[in-house]
Amino acid sequence: MTMTPDTTAKATGPSTGTPSGTEIRLDRVTKDYGLAAPAVDDISLTIEPGEFMTLLGPSGSGKTTTLNLIAGFETLTAGSIALNGTDVSDVPPHRRNLGMLFQNYALFPHLTVAQNVAYPLRERKVGKREIARKVAEVLELVQLTGRDDNHPSQLSGGQQQRVALARAIVFEPEALLLDEPLGALDRNLRSALQTEIRRIHREVGSTFVFVTHDQEEAMNLSDRIALFNNGRIEQVGTPQQLYAEPETLFTAKFLGDSNVFELGEAALDANVAWDGESWVIDPATVAAHPGVRASSAVVVRPEDVEVAGGRDDVPAGANAVRATVRDVEYMGSYRTLLLAMGERGLPGRTRVSPLQGEYAIGDDLVAWWRPQAQRIVAA
Amino acid sequence: MSSNKIKWSSWPLLVPALALLAGILLVPLADTFIRSVSAPGTYTNLLTDGVTMTVLWRTVVTAATVTVAALLIGYPYAYLMTRVSPRARGILLVIVLIPFWTSVMARNFAWIIILQDGGPVQSLFAFFGAEDVVLYGSTAGVTIAMTQVMLPFMVLPLFSTLGGIDRRLLLAARGLGSSPTAAFWKVFWPLSRGGVMAGVILVFTLSLGFYVTPALLGSPQESLVAQLLAQRTTLLLDFAAAGALGMVVLVVTLVLVAWANRMGGTVSAIGVVAASPPKDR
Repeated sequence: MTMTPDTTAKATGPSTGTPSGTEIRLDRVTKDYGLAAPAVDDISLTIEPGEFMTLLGPSGSGKTTTLNLIAGFETLTAGSIALNGTDVSDVPPHRRNLGMLFQNYALFPHLTVAQNVAYPLRERKVGKREIARKVAEVLELVQLTGRDDNHPSQLSGGQQQRVALARAIVFEPEALLLDEPLGALDRNLRSALQTEIRRIHREVGSTFVFVTHDQEEAMNLSDRIALFNNGRIEQVGTPQQLYAEPETLFTAKFLGDSNVFELGEAALDANVAWDGESWVIDPATVAAHPGVRASSAVVVRPEDVEVAGGRDDVPAGANAVRATVRDVEYMGSYRTLLLAMGERGLPGRTRVSPLQGEYAIGDDLVAWWRPQAQRIVAA
Repeated sequence: MSSNKIKWSSWPLLVPALALLAGILLVPLADTFIRSVSAPGTYTNLLTDGVTMTVLWRTVVTAATVTVAALLIGYPYAYLMTRVSPRARGILLVIVLIPFWTSVMARNFAWIIILQDGGPVQSLFAFFGAEDVVLYGSTAGVTIAMTQVMLPFMVLPLFSTLGGIDRRLLLAARGLGSSPTAAFWKVFWPLSRGGVMAGVILVFTLSLGFYVTPALLGSPQESLVAQLLAQRTTLLLDFAAAGALGMVVLVVTLVLVAWANRMGGTVSAIGVVAASPPKDR
């Protein structure tokens, strides 16, 4: 077991005070398994020190491969990865000093809870008393004090993942990599552990890179989200940015519900006819998207779509379209109306509160929204 | 397995097997034991006749050598089997099983031809300048042939155990700071111990009582326990002494199985291991 001197010092150093996070920089990273398309295709991404970055995307989008590249479990086909400015592209995983959390917990079944947590410290030749102190400290952090001598098989899934979390942070790694760590847990436990992971991120202050395909989880946890699609990053931004200002149709559809209207050839004039209705596009929105092509689409979130009984109830300057209620979904605090919009009967959704009255299938109404609420995205 | 409680109503299903066991195992065993203690001085003779203890010790050493050799060959082989494609795994499995399916006699006669004076192995050694290597009729030759005969009993339980180990645990160990070598010794090896124990027990106990190979390939001057037993029953007709010797071998075997069970391997009735990590209740 050989360690570079600085990481040994870091692992054995005093744990008082917040360790400053590590910057992770991916520069034109590619991973090609020789299949039809590269698993990760020329990705550049900078994860700021102490940031909670989520790699979000459908399965097969390259997010897990990217995490494994950062961890060193996979080798790069092209590009480079740097931790705090130091190129680690050729450094084997055990010298990268990164914590890793797996979906299946990956606890060592032949070791007790305390031995599991002590494992990375033993590998770093930390003294016995120091190990005991740190293990007790981190087990308290994950609220598992007193379970030291249990074997992993004696713990519930949630407890096992907390042991894995303790093991992954006890050696104060440069960053923590989390590979769908909550995927195997039920809904209530997920939400409890999300809260716990956020708290631990605040308390240890190091960089977290979290992989998930669950957009709600990503929105809930992250400082920023990198949305993956087909081995590329579709968009990087805060959850609010990705939700409110999607740049591509994929982003708009992946995060939350959206109404999508494809634009025709003439649509980029400020005022065009659309499906027989008035179609207003906010000039600021057009100006913000100089590259918008004719194949672009307009995206409106369901909560931004209002309904009115008739044309007279729609404010001036709003986009309005006649619509028929096709279905009503009861969602508890609100209802979702599934609409057939315009002459072509385009599918649309809107949210209405019970205060707005009752709607039934077949009701004719007018759906409208303000131009400011719609986004133009590349299709 | 222990969580499956057997219903009382299913006990009658065991009656045929228990009757068979009583008839062909328990009764003869008791008979052998009674014969061995009814004649005076059988057990003290074993200790003092100067031959038995020598042969017993030689047998234990030979069985241990065979076991270690089978483990050293079988472990990497079983490991390789878990790492290759299903197709290649099938081929590797058949390579293990073909000798297993072949008659033990055929294999031993093959070894005689290979190891005999002027045979290919001796010629090979002679080619490299070692002229006086004698394998046929020696303990070394017996050990080599027995290792080959015993190899499937090592490979099969190892394969089933190694294949069940979650490879992601090795990734986890790498991520936590272990070099590939450290990850193997600290994670993979301890988790494979159940299979190692099962293979070691099977090979060692089978080797202790193995008759055919030592009888055909060994020499009377370097005989093993099974030969001694055969001699005492078929030539000397000294059933008391033979029974006592059999009892000693049985006790050695049982002690070994008990020790292995404590070490974490659980040997089930058919000798295949249920490799489970130790659990405290």
